Amino acid sequence: MRRLLFKSLVQGPLTEAAPAADDAAVAQLAAQVTAEARKRLGRTLAIREVDAGSCNGCELEIHALSNVLYDLERFGLRFVASPRHADVLLVTGPVTANMRQALERTYAATPGPKWVVAVGDCARNGGIFAGSPACVGGVGKVLPVDLHIPGCPPDPTALLKGLLALLESSAGRSQA
Amino acid sequence: MDWPHTIVDREAWHQAAERLRSTEWSLLGLWGEPGVAHMAVMQAGQCALLSLACEENRFPSIGRLHAPAIRLERAMRDLYGLEAEGSPDARPWLRHESPYPFLPVEGESLHQIPVGPVHAGIIEPGHFRFTANGETIVRLEQRLGYVHKGIESLMAGASLEGAAKLACRVSGDSSVAFALAFAQAVESALGVEVPARAVWLRALAAELERLANHFGDIGAVCNDAAFALLHAHFGLLREHVLRAAGACFGHRLMMDGVIPGGLQRDLPADGERVLLELLALARKRFPELVEVYDDTASLKDRTVDAGILSPVLAQQFAAGGYVGRASGRKFDARRTPGYAPYDQLQFEIPVVQAGDVNARVWIRIQEVGQSLGILEQILRQLPSGPVCEPVARHAGEGLALVEGFRGDVLAWVRIGDDGRVERCHLRDPSWFQWPLLEAAIEGNIVADFPLCNKSFNCSYSGHDL
Ligand code: SF4
Repeated sequence: MRRLLFKSLVQGPLTEAAPAADDAAVAQLAAQVTAEARKRLGRTLAIREVDAGSCNGCELEIHALSNVLYDLERFGLRFVASPRHADVLLVTGPVTANMRQALERTYAATPGPKWVVAVGDCARNGGIFAGSPACVGGVGKVLPVDLHIPGCPPDPTALLKGLLALLESSAGRSQA
Repeated sequence: MDWPHTIVDREAWHQAAERLRSTEWSLLGLWGEPGVAHMAVMQAGQCALLSLACEENRFPSIGRLHAPAIRLERAMRDLYGLEAEGSPDARPWLRHESPYPFLPVEGESLHQIPVGPVHAGIIEPGHFRFTANGETIVRLEQRLGYVHKGIESLMAGASLEGAAKLACRVSGDSSVAFALAFAQAVESALGVEVPARAVWLRALAAELERLANHFGDIGAVCNDAAFALLHAHFGLLREHVLRAAGACFGHRLMMDGVIPGGLQRDLPADGERVLLELLALARKRFPELVEVYDDTASLKDRTVDAGILSPVLAQQFAAGGYVGRASGRKFDARRTPGYAPYDQLQFEIPVVQAGDVNARVWIRIQEVGQSLGILEQILRQLPSGPVCEPVARHAGEGLALVEGFRGDVLAWVRIGDDGRVERCHLRDPSWFQWPLLEAAIEGNIVADFPLCNKSFNCSYSGHDL
């Protein structure tokens, strides 16, 4: 263990440079984030992740955001355990019939101002599971969606770009 | 692989249940389609398929004699309306339309803690109902099915290409294992000879998937025991594997790489170099991390003796993967029944008896070493040639059993004259592991549940279909 700790002293940081916020996402968000919300949130967002029927692929990449190479928290973005502490719901999956109610309740438990980010192709319109009688077919069918991050699954860089865009618009920096 | 397929009558079906109960056979899968029940079993290292026509949609319950079948039978009723006569548990499982009657609890000083479906962490949804006496868990009852997506109904009528994509997304952490199981079942149904290079590259992808998951999960177990340092280091190793996988197979989780007939594409020109670098890095870093795991008393204090699964239960449920191997069940589909190229590769199947969290972690640590060795052998022996053989379009039926990181994945497929999937069933190893978590957690404290749960790391999506 000492060896491991000592190495960290002589090694540079592993965390990589931040990607630029996704322009398309910034444009999509600019209109939705009010000045009032910006004032209240400053440059930090608490995120509650909700799996609404995903294959777990999207969760794996969302997880990766917290590894040392991406280190999501350095941007003021952090995952919280309860919707009551959250500004953002990060929702994955085609919304199964069996998860619909839990998703609605999670949204209801999240205090405003709040945003919903739909992650992955299934969260847009059911993706590969579209048309299944067991799926509602996309987060937008159940909640108002502010931003969609495409991909199956989106890789951590794509996720980071989308979330940074959200952060920038909530902090009023996309107007500059 | 050629497996005997027998159409049986009710009497033979019932006898199969007896053989399963006596553990002479092990249950590999039990599933339905309209009017027919199917069962895959393993007998003396050989796999066999039994099918029973269900008059009036009824069949004699296997679960009545052999508990591991109970949830499978509940799913058969939910999906196909097949009734298991005499089943000890007739509650719905994957369908959630009506209020769910949890098991009654009687006794003094007991309280219940309901958790989920939305959990505190970034994990899949499911409901756990704990009955506790003070801090001690007296019973855990799971309720699953929240991520039921209707995969079997989407499979019915899908093209082979579409079905292969679906197979990758049954459980996103095991996309290679599922795609491989599906592809092997199709190839067995249609008599396709997969080119040698593709066979070897598929194993390469499968071992990368095993490595990525083992790294991630060993770290996550340490994190649940409040040892974040190892979590960070293992998370980094996992990320390196995913990047190498992305560079070699065009997708970090290697989705859509394995297809019936072979592979979507060959390795890129620098693929072998990327992989050799990854292996060198893992060979250097991994032993240091294992040393820390092994030498840290505060970690061992949490993992040793927590969540013990008895070898008897592991055997009864034919638990696959590290869950079975940490409780004395030496089974690995790469060996039994076995498939190419593993017959030409040297590797050990680690097994221990202790059955606790530490044992499950330790098996995974050993398996990392084995997978690194396998990858090195593959890179040394990789044959050249094409990576895909065109697949003929005709009717057929096939089965396959493939070792994913979590355990054995079963795939059964029937293809129609038009070359499209008529029916397909993919059985995740979690079906036989989830119920064992209920048993293993008994008598542990509530606070140890996340740790024990992580050490099993069952799939919700793979199970819920
Ligand atoms: S978008 Fe793709 S990776 Fe994400 S949950 Fe859906 S199928 Fe899985």
